[in-house]
Amino acid sequence: MALSRVRTMTLVGIEGHVVEVEVDISEGLPGYTLLGLPDAALMESRDRVRSALVNSGFSWPNRRVTVSLSPAWLPKKGSNFDLPIAIALLIATGEVSQESCDGTIFIGELGLDGSLRFVRGVLPTLVSALREGIVKAVIPAENLEEASLVHNVGSTGATSLLATVQLMKSGVTEEIEFIKYPERREVNSKDLEDVAGQKGARYALEIAAIGGHHILFIGPPGTGKTMLAERAPTILPPLSNELALEVSAIHSVAGILHERGAMSILPPFVAPHHTTTSPAMVGGGVHVVRPGAVSLAHEGILFIDEAPECTAGVLDSLRQPLESGEVTISRSSGTTRYPANFLLILAANPCPCGRFSGRGRSCTCSSIQIRRYLQKISGPLLDRIDIRAYVEAPTRVEMSNQNPGESSAEVRKRVMEARELSAERYKGCEWKLNAHIPPRELRKRFAADRSAMALLHAELDSERLSARGFHKVMRLGWSIADQKGHALPNREDIEGALLLRGGMDLLL
Amino acid sequence: MRRAYYSLKELGNAGEEEVSKYLEQKGLRILDRNWRIKDGEIDLICEDEETIVFVEVKTRRNNLFGTPFDAITPEKAFRLQRLALAWMATSRRWGQEYRIDAVGVWLNELGTFDIEHRKAVL
Repeated sequence: MALSRVRTMTLVGIEGHVVEVEVDISEGLPGYTLLGLPDAALMESRDRVRSALVNSGFSWPNRRVTVSLSPAWLPKKGSNFDLPIAIALLIATGEVSQESCDGTIFIGELGLDGSLRFVRGVLPTLVSALREGIVKAVIPAENLEEASLVHNVGSTGATSLLATVQLMKSGVTEEIEFIKYPERREVNSKDLEDVAGQKGARYALEIAAIGGHHILFIGPPGTGKTMLAERAPTILPPLSNELALEVSAIHSVAGILHERGAMSILPPFVAPHHTTTSPAMVGGGVHVVRPGAVSLAHEGILFIDEAPECTAGVLDSLRQPLESGEVTISRSSGTTRYPANFLLILAANPCPCGRFSGRGRSCTCSSIQIRRYLQKISGPLLDRIDIRAYVEAPTRVEMSNQNPGESSAEVRKRVMEARELSAERYKGCEWKLNAHIPPRELRKRFAADRSAMALLHAELDSERLSARGFHKVMRLGWSIADQKGHALPNREDIEGALLLRGGMDLLL
Repeated sequence: MRRAYYSLKELGNAGEEEVSKYLEQKGLRILDRNWRIKDGEIDLICEDEETIVFVEVKTRRNNLFGTPFDAITPEKAFRLQRLALAWMATSRRWGQEYRIDAVGVWLNELGTFDIEHRKAVL
């Protein structure tokens, strides 16, 4: 038989598409043609597949080999086509029967010795396979752990091409044991009780976690901005199974699932360096559009330290994901979408030398330098940040206090209670968190109480608050009210919100 | 015909000789042999009914360095194509149907030749 057909999948973003690998062996001079928009890694598959076949004891057909990957318009990338191509070749040369491979998808990269190697993105691939009605898969044994998260797809892990062939010949596909979704157990050595003092900043962080408000920490170096941000995931509610699967899928595509552990329910924490490039931030790449920091931080924290030092444009590239909760990346090969719904924490020094705080006595910066420094964070981006919090150096009293601060568990408990309140309130609405209430709804259905509104209107009248600021303060007010268990934000809540929002006259 | 040793050149010639016999047996008419111009050489030119057949013969003692067919690289194949057209032009056969065949020849332990004929390889 000279024609064969094997199915596999390729990923666009975290969506898998079925790809049919067809192999035709015809008379003629020895040659190998690969059709269907392959990228460089895929072009190299010929040499890997040839060596793997020969070193597994099979012969390479000394004829004209045409491999076609369809649909032809879909750009194919990476090395996970090695196994399906090899299997299709073996069917075409009569080593394996076509029937035994129908209904199964094959994924895997081949080593020159015929061993089957780890590939990225197996988790989202199998999730999509299930949607397509495919329930059998042969994958590299090293990918079995993540594959076992996808219930109802019988994945068989193979360590080599030879093992796969034997498997298909014997027709016995061993059922793997599915991993039960892990216990709600967290491995995180970081806890909020490590942070000395910083009452104000802790409070700001808590409110941010309740309402999903983005936050900017300003303070001199060494006062704990990074410490606080690193501990933010520990006060966010743990991820649901559904979200944990989505987050794991993105990390699987990026090939870093093992770092976090499959199905980890701790919201991710991603801290790109301030010299990071836009493609690294939002995602990019030539053929393979890889998820960027914003997508890796999906349903978790994106922390950018030294935000004013960021390359121009990088910070502003955050605006689209902040607005829509996803990133759309267009390349010549097509458009890819990744979810990117994260809580943004920016940290900045108050000035270039970092010592302009308190009385600012040791600061060596000129007044113009100070003023320009924070202006590097663009207005439109700052607009999307609800909370600006000062992080001051802890006092000697706070430092010498033997009692640790409040632990993450305690804070998280409050955050989850408050979120329950808001979730109840927004039942049937398009949004879930206070930070996302649309302005119209804020004025119509979700206004604060009478005296609080009077305060807000007074602020508007005296031009201390813009229309946009007005809405931001109301949203913050709701988060504060939720924290205290108020049914409606009162005057005190709104005053607190004004403080959290405006803690930085220096800037605007 | 059986010989213990062939030099490289002798091996090639013996292979071509063997192939021309084989093709004649199959009913092809040999028109020309080792037709050579500046660009290169065509081993055998025959006629299979109405079709001109250009034949590239490759002879090997073993497959250690690839099969005879592996030795016909894409560049060589393109050259063959060009040469074929050149021959058609100079022989006033322009417009006649033609094809290019490759024949692999192996010298076996018995001192005889094994032949594999692949038709219309381009």
